[in-house]
Amino acid sequence: MKGLNELGKYSTLLYQALRSSTEIKTYRKNLVSELVKVGVDSLGIIMLTGVFTGAVLTIQTAYQLQLSFIPISTIGSIVSESILIELAAVISSLVLAGKVGARIATELGSMKVSEQIDALESMGFNSVSFLVVPRVLAGLMMFPVLYVVASVFGIGGGLIAGMLTGVIPASEFIKGAQLYFEPWIVLFGFVKSIVFGFVITSVACYKGYYTSGGAEGVGKSTTQATVLGCMYVLLADFLLATLLL
Amino acid sequence: MIEIKNLKKSFGNLLVWQDVSLNIDNGETVAIIGRSGCGKSVLMKHINALLIPDEGEVLIDGENIHQMDYVQTRKMRQRFGVLFQGSALFDSINTFENVAFPLRYFTNRSEDEIRIDVMEALELVGLEEAWEKQTSELSGGMRKRVALARATILKPDYMMYDEPTSGLDPETSDEINQLIMQMSEQLKITSVVVTHDMHSVLEVADSVAFLDQARLSWFGTVEELRQTDHEALLRFVTASEYQVKV
Repeated sequence: MKGLNELGKYSTLLYQALRSSTEIKTYRKNLVSELVKVGVDSLGIIMLTGVFTGAVLTIQTAYQLQLSFIPISTIGSIVSESILIELAAVISSLVLAGKVGARIATELGSMKVSEQIDALESMGFNSVSFLVVPRVLAGLMMFPVLYVVASVFGIGGGLIAGMLTGVIPASEFIKGAQLYFEPWIVLFGFVKSIVFGFVITSVACYKGYYTSGGAEGVGKSTTQATVLGCMYVLLADFLLATLLL
Repeated sequence: MIEIKNLKKSFGNLLVWQDVSLNIDNGETVAIIGRSGCGKSVLMKHINALLIPDEGEVLIDGENIHQMDYVQTRKMRQRFGVLFQGSALFDSINTFENVAFPLRYFTNRSEDEIRIDVMEALELVGLEEAWEKQTSELSGGMRKRVALARATILKPDYMMYDEPTSGLDPETSDEINQLIMQMSEQLKITSVVVTHDMHSVLEVADSVAFLDQARLSWFGTVEELRQTDHEALLRFVTASEYQVKV
């Protein structure tokens, strides 16, 4: 029953956000600031995550293939495909659920418990348009960009790790990466990143917007936004793989 | 004019109050008093439709605010200024921007005009020197005054004050009371003051509404309050730090 109630409130908030998405004047300024916070401010952690994911994947793939007769360039194929189709989108989203999701839930939760959201409403503002719409839009717009960054740095990290450890020369890695490359897997990665961006930001907005109970409530909302964000990313990943592959 | 008719509100199984009816005339200042948790702030939030009643209606100049659609409600809310208990200043922007906030979104004024209006509003509350300060750098009394400047910047028809003097020292409380009176007189604002500070009530209010035992237990002028023999009200008043002569 409680789950249904939560689903109803979440759907209502999304409906309100959709309806008020036409009030561009209200959220234009906030959207720019959110694009920076979600996108530019996350570049460092996404690059780092990408590089290490690619590097570890290359070394582990090489280790598993070392006694086989499979051509060495296969390492490049496996690493680049894994990163483009799954890891760049999923791992970066899990990291962003902690960074972006937690920040959004904390910001909105603090505003809620200190009556700042009531203050906005009492001035005649549409608080959903002002606070929720720019955050969700920023997620929808910036997660695909971060997916590209994670992919580039992931494949780059794999290539460099392969060279530095001597497991695969750069030319073989690139040859393998090109061999089985198909453009649709990038499209699939984009779709995933858009869905994950929506899931993480909308759940965080929902948890923050309906926070109650002071500082403890803010902490609870932040934790729930992060945990649920990660869970729903994994669930959405499974559903997308089932539907689109 | 604000007309509250047969209002009832519950949260789950908890009845906050019922059968609450009262009229607030234009230019009048009404204080809503009662013990902590009796639903004073809840009643206030029904007046500008931040909360929806279970039964009853609130008429603002004859229009039922709870039957308006969201766009109409927001338009109506722009006629209200609200001073929240915790000030509710936006902590991501400084004092100047907090006061300028409604002007930027609801008017087409130029930057120069906004600057003049904001500095005038800050001067009215005695804080023109603090315009650059972040809200985290302001004391409790200063925050209330900035919030008051923000609430009145659009020259509202109605002001609502939620515990305007709570958590403040007596001298600062007195300054806030003076400001409330000044706003009422200078801007001819109809005001609702939610408080349990009897000193504040006697200083700023024309009429007093007493909430007790989940209903509006008493309503009358300050003069009538001084002569009342209402038992629960007398207990509440005499328990106050400021012994009121009755």
